[in-house]
Amino acid sequence: MHRIWAIVERDLRRFRRSPTLVVVSMIMPLVQLVVLGHAFGGKIKNLEVGVVDQDHGVPAVKLKEMFQAVSANARTFETIPYSDQTAALEDLRNGKISGVVNIPPHFSRNLLAGANPRLALIEDNTDQFAAATLEGALTQLLAPYNERAPQPRLSNVATLSVVEIYPYVPYVQYLLPGTIVLAIFVSAMIGGGIIFIDDKARGLHEGYLVTPIRKVELIVGFNLAGAAKAIIAGTVLVTCGSLIAGIPDPFNLLRLARMLLLVVVTALALISMMFLFMVRVSDPLVPRAIFGVLNTVLFFPSGAVYPINAFPTWMKAISLVDPFTYAVHGFKELVLKNTGLAAISVDLAVLTGFTLLTMGAATLLFRRTL
Amino acid sequence: MAHVLDIEVDRLTKCFGDFCAVNALSFTVEHGEVFGLLGPNGAGKSTLIRMLTTLVPPTAGTARVNGFDIVRNANDVRQCIGVIPQAMTSDLDLSADENMRIFAKLYGIPRDKRRRAIRELLEAVDLGQWADKPVKMFSGGMRRRLEIARGLVHEPKIFFLDEPTTGLDPVSRVAVWEMLARLKRERDLTILVTTHYMDEADKLCDRIAIVDHGKLVALDSPLKLKASIPGQNILEVSFSDVPPGWMDKLRSLPEVGDVRADDHVFRISSHNGPLTTVELLEAARAAGITVASLSVQSTTLDDVFVHYTGHQLRDALQTSVKYNTDFMYQAR
Repeated sequence: MHRIWAIVERDLRRFRRSPTLVVVSMIMPLVQLVVLGHAFGGKIKNLEVGVVDQDHGVPAVKLKEMFQAVSANARTFETIPYSDQTAALEDLRNGKISGVVNIPPHFSRNLLAGANPRLALIEDNTDQFAAATLEGALTQLLAPYNERAPQPRLSNVATLSVVEIYPYVPYVQYLLPGTIVLAIFVSAMIGGGIIFIDDKARGLHEGYLVTPIRKVELIVGFNLAGAAKAIIAGTVLVTCGSLIAGIPDPFNLLRLARMLLLVVVTALALISMMFLFMVRVSDPLVPRAIFGVLNTVLFFPSGAVYPINAFPTWMKAISLVDPFTYAVHGFKELVLKNTGLAAISVDLAVLTGFTLLTMGAATLLFRRTL
Repeated sequence: MAHVLDIEVDRLTKCFGDFCAVNALSFTVEHGEVFGLLGPNGAGKSTLIRMLTTLVPPTAGTARVNGFDIVRNANDVRQCIGVIPQAMTSDLDLSADENMRIFAKLYGIPRDKRRRAIRELLEAVDLGQWADKPVKMFSGGMRRRLEIARGLVHEPKIFFLDEPTTGLDPVSRVAVWEMLARLKRERDLTILVTTHYMDEADKLCDRIAIVDHGKLVALDSPLKLKASIPGQNILEVSFSDVPPGWMDKLRSLPEVGDVRADDHVFRISSHNGPLTTVELLEAARAAGITVASLSVQSTTLDDVFVHYTGHQLRDALQTSVKYNTDFMYQAR
């Protein structure tokens, strides 16, 4: 046991003297949280829409007034009047506007005659988010426009009332669980990947191998040393990240304790996975080269940025074996819902099993010789 | 009383594919000896030391260190040896004391014994007042001394050092060797050291094994090795012009043992340096040749190396660079 602690002590003393690398590993996820968290999930506003009125009837004027009401209040879009459809389409193609609403000739006459009056929305669908917002806003706007007759007091139409059981979750909060796991992963990648292989290449491991230390002591020592640094990174993200994302009651002690437990279990799972990947590697370029690929393959299928239900089957298969998935799910439960341990028991069990499996495999593959 | 053999090497071989870095080497080292392995880079010295210290498994042959088989009883071997690898492996961010402490813990030395051993060893290598300073402040010589102290923290019986003075300035080299000699006396150590510095091997080793291309080419005490080659003096001479048959003429001079030509410089071994020099100058004058340079030296280990391997150590150092890199790659 004292040999295992010697390895951990060595690593932590080195970390205390030159913490730059591990500190840097926390900055990347924090920056990502701030930038991505605010880049996505906000309401799209001030889209510019050209309006070509070829009708000029009273219903068309009423419609344009409703457009202007949107411009003044919700500001989802602003209208730009065009007298000529060709000029409007030209501006749409040149990217000056995001869509063109065409009120065709005889719109008013068809409306009054009940003869299927149609408006046309020609949109720039290269930006699907903006196009969907425009479509949604105009569809919503047409509903009250069509309700010309007074409605009965008691409706005979079935309606849906939505009850949200948690407070509104902005995207930056939705992203926080993934960011905590990412910080733990980056730290595991640096501690368990880059520093581990650099030490090996510099001959530091040769020093260990000539001592009577056992294989399993070496692997457990390396894992605990790497996990300790990953735990520091995870704890910093749990506290700073909660403050940045505006999580309500961020210093709730019970939740912090549960999160710390999950940080420890996640750190051990990710570091033991890294050691399994690196156990036979000796080229210092390898961990640097696979960093980006591993990050993409593990982070995005985990449901950290988008729900897993939306993934194709092959990606769902990845998320099933991806330790990130269980860690992200666990942190979502704790961060967004403040649940108890029962809600994350499966995540904790899977991550612990994963740790034992990968550490066992790494011990089998580890070579006691050079 | 029979001599105790601390190291017994029997036809030890290590091959990487078709290339054999160590080829059926056999020798023994007695307790208390300083045993030197002399040879250029790529000669197989480091591979041999790595096999004896259990870092590299042999392809064939056997070896016993302190009576333990290096493959079957590897952990027993590790417990009784101290190893200083070629690369400096102390942690730059840690202090000298912390570096020592980590290794003492790896060897399972109890706390009170650990503190005393570290203090004594740091004093012994003249680093007592630097104990709490980070190693990144140390010079190359100080760092090497620290690593030597670190290798002795568990009081090993046998000490392996792989080129401990490579990369050090001449003053630090002398300091390291003097310290090693003192430690050996005080701690009753058996030392196996590799080097490509002839002068070091000559001064400090009780016996020297000359290794070239993975094979043992000579093994004896420095004195006996020097006596084993023809001549006690070496004349290095160059001429303004070399007429045909000049080599034979040189060989026919009195007391000459052997003549080798190396890039216009003739190396003549002689049993009587002054006499051969006079006769040589006379022969040159008679042939109308001017002597461009002439030096007379006593036989050195360099001459022994040239005699047994057929080439200069410095030439071998240059030609072995690529060879050695390839091996390192495979060794990983």
